[in-house]
Amino acid sequence: MTRNYKIDVDCANCANKMEEAANSTEGVKKAVVNFMALKMKVEFEDGADEKEVMKKVLENCKKVEDDCEIYL
Amino acid sequence: MNKKQKKNLYRILISALLLIIYHFIPFNNKIVEFVMYMIPYFIVGYDVLKGAIHGIRNKQVFDENFLMAVATVGAIILGDYTEGTAVMLFYQIGELFQSYAVGKSRKNISELMDIRPDYANIEENGELVRVDPYDVKVGDIITVIVGEKIPLDGIVYEGKSSLNTSALTGESKPRDVETGDEVISGCINMESPLKIKTTKEFEESTVSKILDLVENATSVKSKSENFISKFAHSYTPIVCYSALALAILPPLYLLITGQNPNFTEWITRALTFLVISCPCAVVISIPLSFFGGIGGASNAGVLIKGSNYLEQLSKTKIVAFDKTGTMTKGVFEVTTIHNNLIEEETLLEYAAYSEVYSSHPIGKSIIREYGKEIDKSRVKSIKEISGKGIYALIDDKEVIVGNSKLMDDYNIEIIPCDEPGTIVHVAIDKEYKGHIHIGDIIKPTSKKAIAELKKNGVSKTVMLTGDEKKTGESVAKELDIDQVYTELLPQDKVERLKELLSSKNENDVLAFVGDGINDAPVLGMADIGIAMGALGSDAAIEAADIVLMDDDPLKISKAIKISRKCMRIVYENIIFAIGVKVICLVLGALGIANMWLAIFADVGVMVICVLNAIRALRVKNL
Repeated sequence: MTRNYKIDVDCANCANKMEEAANSTEGVKKAVVNFMALKMKVEFEDGADEKEVMKKVLENCKKVEDDCEIYL
Repeated sequence: MNKKQKKNLYRILISALLLIIYHFIPFNNKIVEFVMYMIPYFIVGYDVLKGAIHGIRNKQVFDENFLMAVATVGAIILGDYTEGTAVMLFYQIGELFQSYAVGKSRKNISELMDIRPDYANIEENGELVRVDPYDVKVGDIITVIVGEKIPLDGIVYEGKSSLNTSALTGESKPRDVETGDEVISGCINMESPLKIKTTKEFEESTVSKILDLVENATSVKSKSENFISKFAHSYTPIVCYSALALAILPPLYLLITGQNPNFTEWITRALTFLVISCPCAVVISIPLSFFGGIGGASNAGVLIKGSNYLEQLSKTKIVAFDKTGTMTKGVFEVTTIHNNLIEEETLLEYAAYSEVYSSHPIGKSIIREYGKEIDKSRVKSIKEISGKGIYALIDDKEVIVGNSKLMDDYNIEIIPCDEPGTIVHVAIDKEYKGHIHIGDIIKPTSKKAIAELKKNGVSKTVMLTGDEKKTGESVAKELDIDQVYTELLPQDKVERLKELLSSKNENDVLAFVGDGINDAPVLGMADIGIAMGALGSDAAIEAADIVLMDDDPLKISKAIKISRKCMRIVYENIIFAIGVKVICLVLGALGIANMWLAIFADVGVMVICVLNAIRALRVKNL
């Protein structure tokens, strides 16, 4: 399953970091951050609870980039 | 400016004002001076410091916050309060400008692509109600008033009008529609209200698909982008350690050799070095250029599905074309019926009956020419022989309709025809009955398109067609195409393309241009697959890397020009940014560059790169 989320982040490098953080989160098969469109596209592992996973993703993103937001 | 940007602007103004005031106040007490300077420093830099601490805590040490925090705190420890605060101030000005420029270009691009409809009109109790297009179900009747965008794909249920397709194709050529015609979302209704029965949900409609595609295009990263992220990844730690070495090693050496170690000087140099090193200019301007290029292209009716394809496209050296529907209009017309041994009308009737389920343009043209209702119950069975024709049982008569190869397969002797064009032979009960001559018209821009390609560095043009030798060669000659392969079955096209791919230089890119409907395997195999005339064709959007929204082959060279411009900007930015940085880094290490030059190397370079990147958006006059 794939879903799109709106995000807010200031710089391109930070967006790359968010992408890395999201990809290393359990339950995420593949995450792609599009800095220009301010969107994050997340493909979940089969059977993953998307809400729980996204909470973790946000947590991990905040760790690498304090000043970022994912609108869940 | 958004709220956050405004807040940052105020912070910058306040601390700048304080710095100016302090400049005229003589501080006699060192401690008072320190405290006074800390006020503007923290006002302008608290988020950077917070970010740096946050980064260290989460083991993400080497980011720009860290660089700036170390540089400014370092300056302050060395007693240079003005410089520490000013560096932070200029850094923030740069950040603000960057965020503004990026936001602005983001808005420009999304305005260019502003084809998303906000609402759909649905009639309820005799009144039109605006609803969210997401809530419209398949089969609902929506009304589109003059001047409105068609929100969902569908079929005209009632009304007759003319549509402006420019948002999708980049051309403002009107398209007339009437009851029963298919319409696609994103077109603007020009003449009179239309009632449309939807055939797709909003998410599946053309306009949503296109937007999704363009927005996600930059996620498919190009080689240069991958290079940049790898570069940034190893670059920051390297400069940090170099700066550390610069601060420690030379004074240590001086100390050992008994000279004045001059710690302050070396630490200042190291800090300058750190400020210069920030990789933001490159990291931000490269994706921005690609996004601009892709946005500009989509505005011109060229959808590019990824940054990597844009990059590849710029290296195109060989272009292979399909003929039918690509270089020719693909609208076939029956021109004559020749050598018929039975009534023309009867011949046409049998041919039309055997083609009744055909989706091929030739079959359709026969049905169109026949023009009468087809009683499908008379058709007992139909077997399609790919690339050759059809074998059908009609009224218990064996009807074979197709090219000369098919006739050979059934050992039917034909009467050959000398005219170029497509010849459809007809045999009934294994007896030759005559042939139907079908002509196709070359698109008015095809010749110019080939000339433009050659002018733009394409060294070889090839045509691959399933059509007869005579027709194929006459079209190729007229268009001035270098090489032509004719009478190819779909699998032959794949073979020919493989040959072309293996015989070319490794760095040359081969693009295949087709209509996307029956060329899917070849489109997928070429370095770049370009589908043409894709307005509303899902198959084409799916199979190709680049989609030309209208039928104009001139757009191929336009797309190549757009990609070249975009790549030129990308390289300009990479070379400029890295070049300036390297020079400044060397100057900084030698102690020639001061903090002010460092700020320029960081912020100034970034601003210039962002402005340059925005140029990629302008593709109108290419």
